[in-house]
Amino acid sequence: MTRKTRRLWLVGGCMLGFGTATILTLQAFSTDIVFFMAPSQILAHPPAPNRTIRLGGMVVAGSLKETHEAGKPPSVSFLVTDGQDAIPVRFTGVLPDLFREGQSVVALGEMRPGGAFIASEVLAKHDETYMPKEVAEALRKSGRWDPRFGKPPSASSWDDMTVAPSRGS
Amino acid sequence: MHGTVLLSLILSPELGRFALAFACCLAGAQTVLPLWGAWRGRTALMASARPLAWGQFAALLLSFCCLAAASVANDFSVRNIAENSAVAKPLLYKLTGIWGNHEGSILLWALILALCGVAVARFGRNLPGSLLARVLGVLGGTALGFELFCLLTSDPFDRLWPAPPDGQGMNPLLQDPGLAFHPPILYTGYVGFAVPFAFAVAALLEGRVDAAWGRWVRPWTVAAWSFLSCGIALGSWWSYYVLGWGGYWFWDPVENASLLPWLTGTALLHSAIVVEKREALKIWCVLLAIGTFSLSLSGTFLVRSGILNSVHSFANDPTRGVFILGLLALLIGGALLLFGLRVHLLQAGGLFAPFSREGGLVLNNILLCSICAVVLTGTMYPPFAALLLGQAISVGKPFFDSTAVPMAMPLLATMAIGPMLPWKRARLTPVLQRLWWASLLALLAWAVAAFGVSGTLPVLAAGFAVWVIAGAVADLASRILLFRAPLRDSAARARHLSRAVLGAAIAHAGVGVTVLGLVGMSQAQHAIVSVHPGDGVDLAGMRWTLRSVRDADGPNYHAHVATIDVTRNGRLIAELHPSRRVFPLQHQTTTEVAIRTDLVSDLYAVLGDEHEADGTVVLRLHRNPLAPWIWLGGLLMAIGGFLSLSDRRVRVGAPMRARRGAVPAVPAPAAE
Repeated sequence: MTRKTRRLWLVGGCMLGFGTATILTLQAFSTDIVFFMAPSQILAHPPAPNRTIRLGGMVVAGSLKETHEAGKPPSVSFLVTDGQDAIPVRFTGVLPDLFREGQSVVALGEMRPGGAFIASEVLAKHDETYMPKEVAEALRKSGRWDPRFGKPPSASSWDDMTVAPSRGS
Repeated sequence: MHGTVLLSLILSPELGRFALAFACCLAGAQTVLPLWGAWRGRTALMASARPLAWGQFAALLLSFCCLAAASVANDFSVRNIAENSAVAKPLLYKLTGIWGNHEGSILLWALILALCGVAVARFGRNLPGSLLARVLGVLGGTALGFELFCLLTSDPFDRLWPAPPDGQGMNPLLQDPGLAFHPPILYTGYVGFAVPFAFAVAALLEGRVDAAWGRWVRPWTVAAWSFLSCGIALGSWWSYYVLGWGGYWFWDPVENASLLPWLTGTALLHSAIVVEKREALKIWCVLLAIGTFSLSLSGTFLVRSGILNSVHSFANDPTRGVFILGLLALLIGGALLLFGLRVHLLQAGGLFAPFSREGGLVLNNILLCSICAVVLTGTMYPPFAALLLGQAISVGKPFFDSTAVPMAMPLLATMAIGPMLPWKRARLTPVLQRLWWASLLALLAWAVAAFGVSGTLPVLAAGFAVWVIAGAVADLASRILLFRAPLRDSAARARHLSRAVLGAAIAHAGVGVTVLGLVGMSQAQHAIVSVHPGDGVDLAGMRWTLRSVRDADGPNYHAHVATIDVTRNGRLIAELHPSRRVFPLQHQTTTEVAIRTDLVSDLYAVLGDEHEADGTVVLRLHRNPLAPWIWLGGLLMAIGGFLSLSDRRVRVGAPMRARRGAVPAVPAPAAE
């Protein structure tokens, strides 16, 4: 076997390996990437029905409703707001320990035609003072908070800023 | 008590800071003098490397002891202690809490790096003088960067005035033995790759890579890799039994950051074999050594700079980020620049046929690096998309499931064949003759899995996992001529089997065991239900009955403890006690998962919210088949690595007793 054919095998092997990796990655990028959206973005540009997205914002105080029947999975519903719009979220399962009304939350799931967001996962993995980066960014973009003027406003004030908390529900 | 106060007066935080600054000076000298000496050929300067490495380590150890003394003596005038410790914290967690925060973890990082330097100085005495000087010089330079980072931006000895009467405690979630010893082991893995990196840079400076270089690099790589495997397994186990979400791997940036150097490190330890035995792949091996340490560094520190947003958010600080980015650019960029300038000096290696041991190891490298590229893309794309395109996106399990997991299949398929191929040129028939019963077992596993397991990839992976384990056994069996020679001969051969071969077979089997665990976990069943005490649920052919929920108080928390009876066909098979703990001081609630394992499957129960209005309790119940195998396999991989380090050839070979260099690199926690 000459040096040339050996090199050809090597290059071929590398191309096959990295080519497969590239194809799989591009394929996964078109289907498996999860976009983060704030409630107002969702209402402005509704995502495709079966597309998984991450919805982030503040849980509207007083909006949490829990129903649990013995022998069935517990289900909860609450409103998530970014200070402009609010979207009702329905979730079946156990909310994380750090979930609080009036605090930030990220929910993974999809929009249903009725305008409700069906969450498969609810994340509240931050401590009580920390806000997820995407939520802070969404608040900043919506003009409700400018990082130059200090820390994010207290969570309870978000409810008052919501123009129409019931829109979309 | 007076003893500890006295001790903390002697080992004061100021002494600690002074020792840290002194270590910086020594590290600076360790960088400049030996490198200068090696360049100019001055033996005296080169010889200064070893005592300087020892001195640097001693200074850092003193510094670390000062921090430990402050923590044990509850010196809350030290900001770091006040923020992360409390009087009521158990002694063990006061000690392990030292590295439970950013400043302390950087100090530990530097200490382990200095320990690696000392290990090289101790066990590399028979390295050529200039190579040893250059290796220690590069290690010194790396250590200098991190010690300056610690001293200038993350001073663990910063004082606080007025000192608070009690500390702010520590996250109760972190008060866990698994997590307490996870960082030192993981860091030893990360930092351990600094040694192959230093060898690679030194080889570029020397302009020479030969078989001896491969033999010197390999034990260090194996040691770092074994620690990293252990650290990753421990972290994933912690995530499984503490976080109580039922899974074991988030595909979170922090976890991926540990997986990336593991993948390239695995590739490195295989390609170093080719350098050692056949003097081929030299340039690639040097590049891989640089790449692996770069991934270790960027993995740990990009996460800390806040570039990657993650659930592990304990040290996100942009000012430190600038320093770290500069340091990374200097180290990685410098090494790559040197590679570009000097690579032409390294001679290309020998010839080999594609189907040969070398060819198999090349394929291993291609596949591992492809997987690494995929995981790197998935991890880095979201922050870059946010930075450049202003898009907030995230990449999770579905992405990695459809990219990294299929890429691992050919790796598993070829893993059993590789170790049986002879060097230079191989033929398929003799290999398949030795593997026929392994293929039979794999086919059997596929047949069983096709009925019992759902999903294409899990079925495929189940067969391949059995194939890998059987292949490892078949490799050993063929080496000792099992059933082909009299049993007595085979036994004699087994006793003389080299530990490197045995270690490799065990590590390969460990991969198979882990994959079987992953397949089992993909078939996990779970249910979330609200129940009244006394009611039961059916899950996975078992009846789970909530007997009662009672109150119990611990030293600094209130707990609710549930009792769940699990019965199958009316026979009690397990009693589970999941609980929830409320820590009033920290306003935190933690869930204590109840796990009952019989090594074939785990029964896993989590106690959720209790609703006083109607008296229901939310339970999350899982049955996780083969779950313990995931970590058992990780342990086997690490054991295989350490076993091959104890091989006689590593001891007798050029770097005398180099394998024991790895053993002192284990800080006390390994005895966990």
